[in-house]
Formats: sequence, structure tokens, C-alpha cells
Amino acid sequence: MSKYLILIYQDEAVARQAEGESISASYQEFQRRRASSLLGGAALHPSSTATSIRRDGASGFAVTDGPFVESKETLGGYYMIEATDLDEALEIAKEVPAGVGVEVWPVRVAN
Amino acid sequence: MPRAASAEVAAAVADAHRREWAFVLAATMRVAGDIDTAEEAVQDAYATALSTWGGSGIPHNPGAWLTVAARRRALDLRRRAATAERALPKLLGPGEAGLEDRVVEDMVAEGGDIPDDRLRLIFTCCHPALAFEAQVALTLRLLCGLSTAEVARAFLVPETTMAARITRAKKKITAAHIPYRVPASSELQERLDGVLSVVYLVYTTGHTAPSGADLMRRDLAERGLELAKMLRVLLPHDSDVAGLLALILLTEARTGARVNGNHDVVLLENQDRSKWDRQAIEEGVALLREALAARPPGRFALMAAIAAVHDESGSWSDTDWHEILGLYDLLMERWPSPVVRLNRAIALGFAAGPAEGLAELDALGAEPQLARYPYLAAARGDFLARLGRLEEARVAFGEALILTDNDVERRFLQGRISELTG
Repeated sequence: MSKYLILIYQDEAVARQAEGESISASYQEFQRRRASSLLGGAALHPSSTATSIRRDGASGFAVTDGPFVESKETLGGYYMIEATDLDEALEIAKEVPAGVGVEVWPVRVAN
Repeated sequence: MPRAASAEVAAAVADAHRREWAFVLAATMRVAGDIDTAEEAVQDAYATALSTWGGSGIPHNPGAWLTVAARRRALDLRRRAATAERALPKLLGPGEAGLEDRVVEDMVAEGGDIPDDRLRLIFTCCHPALAFEAQVALTLRLLCGLSTAEVARAFLVPETTMAARITRAKKKITAAHIPYRVPASSELQERLDGVLSVVYLVYTTGHTAPSGADLMRRDLAERGLELAKMLRVLLPHDSDVAGLLALILLTEARTGARVNGNHDVVLLENQDRSKWDRQAIEEGVALLREALAARPPGRFALMAAIAAVHDESGSWSDTDWHEILGLYDLLMERWPSPVVRLNRAIALGFAAGPAEGLAELDALGAEPQLARYPYLAAARGDFLARLGRLEEARVAFGEALILTDNDVERRFLQGRISELTG
């Protein structure tokens, strides 16, 4: 079995309207259906609440407001899943009821 | 077995390389565990063949011989790697002892052919999670056995770029666990379409080389044909596979008449139709019938049907342009690409007259995808010339000339320009 991180992207403006709502029925349904593959996951607060920390190249840090990359589509949450291979991971990822879409990243396992 | 002369051995190994590479590699993949090990083992097996067939004689079934040798070598490489990592049980699992013998016995029992393995390999190479260029590169590298340098040359990129592309793709296959498997039937059609697109691109790149001294890259066109034939053997009941092979055969059939003795382009209009390959046409038409039985017919079947109308016309003036136009209309529904629109416009010009065709071509001028496509300007030039608008035709051919990098096509366009000037 391999581990994959599913990053969920959404349109920030649409997501803002839904702020404060509890987890939607479609996500609950997805989580029920794929319970055996889900290792964890969470929804994130809006990108306006994110903070980036960059190493300044010396020994310090630059702390700034917002995510690394500002765009209309932002990271809204994630799932960590387990699947036999990429095909199965993609099947699961396609079922995530994400607004914009998702990215699937294989997770590196230390030897 | 009788000893064999070195020239004979070299020819046999080259032939086996061409015919059996995909089979040997695919059959070695599972034993090897990863692509790099499999490739190394197969390369070693071919090298061994070159040095031993002279003494032992050329085997009756070179593919089976090479597969046994490659699988032995792969087990060897794995065992060595496993020992180095002290992880032998993890890699080979229980019952490791005797595995080599079992593999070899299996090979003999199966008569050496496991068609499914090649199918697995091509679906892995053409997995949609890989970039399209990477799919094409991997297919040529792993299924056709082309070297990285040869793949780079075919697609006009520096060898280092191609090497990086192939390495990245292989790394993704391993890291993301892209499976070595034929997709489930529910997904097969969708996935197969990607595979067919890769094979078609290999063929078309060979059919009219984007640049260089020759109009065609025969080696690439042949690889495309071979890949299509391989798919036909592996998926004998698929209508889209039948359509692609029909299209390639019906296009290939005209190859001998496409250039003359001076290596100049001969347009379809002026080709010596007695030079067309009748056998390929018959074979293509039979496959086409099968492909057209699917409802609705796929895009390759429709393109093959258009090619068949040309192939079966006794002369240029007998060509049924209305039928061709009707087929392009169907093709537009299935596959509304700018290039299909361009070809439909040309058919319209022959069915309804050059003025109609020209109007349609002018409407295509704004297509960004055709902005650097020399055939749009060349087609405009042709219709303008037919309408007697010679000055504009000259300008259009001049535009096409700037956009093409193929020497034979450049010579053709220069010829058209000087005709109009003279």
C-alpha cells in the first residue's frame, strides 16, 4: 500500500460564502464511502488566515501574511489516504466533492 | 546448433531488436521489479546474444531466448541489489530459492509469449498522469527500444532534454506507483484513446517529418505502424484499434508515390496511382469495415474512411469530394480540432469550388493553433492560384515557406512560387 496526500482546491470567493458552515453533506458522504482508505484529513481556514515563513538566507526568518502563492484557487483542505497504486488513489480523489479540483501527491516513505 | 557468420548474427540480433524488444522487456518487467533494472537486463541480453550466437548458432525462437537471458540477468541484478541492501527477503519474498529455475520453466511452458505483458507496458507508458510528450518518449524508448538519442532526434529536442524527460517520467512511475496493469474494462476505452493518440503521433511524425532533408522519417513511420499492429494483435476486437491500423495502412499505401526520383513532393493530384500498395489498401479497407461497424464510429475510423475514398478512386478527377466532405462533417462532430477544420475546408474547396474553400480557410486565420501551421497558408495559396489571384497566391506560398523547416516541402513551395512568377 502507498500513501497519497490529496490537496483540495477551491475558489476563495465561493469558499468565503460558505464560511462557518458545518462540513457539507457531500463531504460526509465521501468520508463514509471511503472510510477504509482515509488516514486523516482536515479543512483549512481561508488563505487570509495563513502565514508564510521564509528563511532569509542568513539565520533569521521573514514572517509575512498569506500563503506562498496568491491565486484565485486556494488550498482548502486535505486528505491523507492509503491506496494500492496511483489508479486507485485517482479513483478516490475523483470522488472528493472539491469545488475547483484536487492534486494527488505520493507521500515519500522513509526507508 | 550450427555456428553462424558474424554478419548473419548481427542481422539476426538487429531483427530481434526490432521485432522482439517490447516483448522481451515486457516479459522481464515483473521479474525485474522496476523499469531501469528491466531495461538494463534486456540490453545485457541483446549484448550477450551478439557475442554468443556466433558460437552457439542463432536460436530458433530468438524472442524466447532473449527473454530467458534477460529474466536471468534481471534476477541477478535484483539479487545483487538486494544483497547490497541486505533486503533480500523483502524484495523476493518467500521461496526465493529456485525462482530463477521456475521463471525459466514458465517461459518454456508458455512457449515464450505472454501478450498481456506488452499491453500492460503500453498502458503504463501512456498513463494519463504522465505528460503527453513523456508518454510518447517512453513508448518509443520502452516499446520500440529506441535509444534516448534517437527519441531526441525524432522530436527535435536536445538529447539532455530528452534524457531528463524520460528519467522524470520513470521516476514518477516509481514514486507515484503508476501500476503495471491493463485498466479495468470500465476505464479501458478512455485510457485506450490516449494510447492510440501516442501511436498516431509517432506515425504522423514519421509520415511528414517536421524538419530535415527528407519528407518522411521512415523509421518512425514504421515504428508507428508496428505499434498499431501490435495493438491489433493484443486487442483484436477493439474497433478503435482497427480504425487506427486501417488509417495507418491506407496512408502508408500511398508512400511510394509521395516523392519522385528527385526527392520532390508529388501531390495526391499528380501521384502515379499504380505505385500505390494495393495489398495495404485491401487490408486497410477490410479493417475499416470492422471499425465502421462501431456506433458511432471513432475518429480514427472516420479518418481512415477519408483515406479509403482517396485510395479507391481511380483518378484525381474521379474523387468523390462530396463523400469526403460528409465524412469530415462527421469527424468535426467527433473531434472538432482546428486541423480537422482546415482539412474540411480544403475538401469543401474541391467539392464546392475554390472560392468556398478559400472563404472557409480565411475564417480559420484567427485560430491560434494554426498560426504557425504551414498547411493553412499553403492551402490558401493553392485556392488563390486556382481562382487566378496569382499575386495573393504568391504571398500565401511565401508565408508557408517561412513556416516550414522540412527541406522537401520548402523546395515544393519554392517551386509553386516560381511557377506563379514565371
